[in-house]
Amino acid sequence: MDVTNYVILAAILFSIGAVGVLVRRNAIVMFMSIELMLNAANLAFVAFAQANGTFDGQVVAFFVMVVAAAEVVIGLAIIMAIFRTRKTASIDEANLLRA
Amino acid sequence: MLITTEVFVQPEINWFAISPFTILLAAGVFSLLIETFAPRAARRPLQLALVFGALLASFAAAALLLGTETLTAGDAVAIDGPGVLLQAVIALVALVGAAGLAENKVDPSGDAFAARASAIPGSSDERAFTAAGWYSTEIWTLFLFAAGGMQLFVVANDLLTMFIALEVMSLPLYLMAGMARRRRLLSQEAALKYFVLGAYSSAFFLFGAALVYGATGGINFNDIAQAIPGRPQTATLLMAGVVLIFVGMLFKIGSAPFHQWTPDVYQGAPTTLTAFMAAGVKLAAFGAMLRLAYSAFGALIWDWRPLLWAIAAITMFVGVLAALMQTDIKRMLAYSSVAHAGFLLVGLISGTNAGLVSVLFYLAAYAFTTLGVFLLLSLVRDANGEANNIDTWRGLASKSPLTAFTMTFLLLALAGFPLTSGFIAKFSVFAAAVQANQMPIVLLAILASAIAVVFYLRVVVLMYFRAAESTEVAVAIPSNFTVVALVVSAVITLILGVYPQPLLDLISQTPVFIR
Repeated sequence: MDVTNYVILAAILFSIGAVGVLVRRNAIVMFMSIELMLNAANLAFVAFAQANGTFDGQVVAFFVMVVAAAEVVIGLAIIMAIFRTRKTASIDEANLLRA
Repeated sequence: MLITTEVFVQPEINWFAISPFTILLAAGVFSLLIETFAPRAARRPLQLALVFGALLASFAAAALLLGTETLTAGDAVAIDGPGVLLQAVIALVALVGAAGLAENKVDPSGDAFAARASAIPGSSDERAFTAAGWYSTEIWTLFLFAAGGMQLFVVANDLLTMFIALEVMSLPLYLMAGMARRRRLLSQEAALKYFVLGAYSSAFFLFGAALVYGATGGINFNDIAQAIPGRPQTATLLMAGVVLIFVGMLFKIGSAPFHQWTPDVYQGAPTTLTAFMAAGVKLAAFGAMLRLAYSAFGALIWDWRPLLWAIAAITMFVGVLAALMQTDIKRMLAYSSVAHAGFLLVGLISGTNAGLVSVLFYLAAYAFTTLGVFLLLSLVRDANGEANNIDTWRGLASKSPLTAFTMTFLLLALAGFPLTSGFIAKFSVFAAAVQANQMPIVLLAILASAIAVVFYLRVVVLMYFRAAESTEVAVAIPSNFTVVALVVSAVITLILGVYPQPLLDLISQTPVFIR
């Protein structure tokens, strides 16, 4: 079992998430892309924990899950507030702030 | 393959050493209980008593800890000279910031936050809650967690603790940015942008941390620093990780090309919150950035220095050139904060003790000046709320000489004029960089500072030498909260300008990160 494969998969997932945030215009989808990036990091941490033979990476993965859950709460609260005001979750509609 | 079982050793926790931020986080939990159980009328006074009490206790604890050097909580937290000093400054900044947030006389309907953030803007619910004189007292819970997160951020000694602190600091600020009483659409939009870009950047930080863990086999800064020389075969992985971590941090300090959120969030958030955010996040994120660069990745200085050199140069010029073109004074100050992030990076890349001392001094000086400037902005108002367009500031000196004078003094401090803290700060940062043979970047920084004078002085000229266009814009009479906050910021800006030696000595006593 080669750890490298897991790390490459993590890198691919992270890139999909990173590009997703940049190209998708729906706040919910952008948000899902960010979650994908966090989970890619988790996969990398667990894979490296196996490679290094230490527990640190696995412990980090648990904490990241908790943080991701907290982030979901905050993010959805903000998106909901905007959705109720404007009846849309598109990022392009949020364009009042500019020079 | 199974991982060999390690014996779990319970970490020793030195409760006194970690008291500054534990006080604030515990107060945050207690504040949540007040929200849940106290009757509505009693919440604001109770919350204010708790917030100011906790911040004073936290400041006192940090002051008592000055000079302590210890690792605690399983080496996850490093209590050392720069860390404790930044904790004390953050507590003071939070005290001044809390006084600004507590202001409820300037706006006829209450403080700067929506009567109830969940009410749809323009709805009958919103009007009813506002007419009933409600306050969003939950901002104090969020505020305490944000301040506690900032204090943890500057002493975090492993990548996990640093990530947690980053989130504890940021998540409450995302929410508070969207809770303004006036111009609620702008405020909600600012919150969305801040949240999406903030979460995006922390994902970069986290993936970078994973790569560094893979390359060095540890998340603790001491393990990382010791593993770096011995593992040349993982150098590429390590560098990729370091770059991703720095990208995440550069987002937070608002340096170009990762600064796009700064003007939008600074403009959309309630101005009193912008004051705390601009000062506090800059302090905390730069403290953590210093620790990463000097403590964890100190051996890699020849790799990260060229990178941050380029970032510093781009940041300074993007900041000053964009600030020249702004018509909104909050956006102008946001770009000025981008430029200041560049000046701070100039100090950071010197990589010496003198560089560290100068950056810490710059952070303390800049934080209080920024607080004062944004709090002053919140006082200049017309019928619709704050008047932030730069033209509405014409002839302000004839309407309120004191406001115009204080504003002039603080803007001169941001520009770096002598007899203000900004001059000493800039001078020490540039001197440290020159000592470290970084002459080219210092010349660029001096050029950028010269350009910056133009847009700071433009406001001064408008206030003093132009006739007022409208009588609608006026300076509101604030309550004692804001008055005290403004006096403290202005006095600290003055004292650090004319008599900076005590603070410089204090910083120089223990200018090393332990790990």
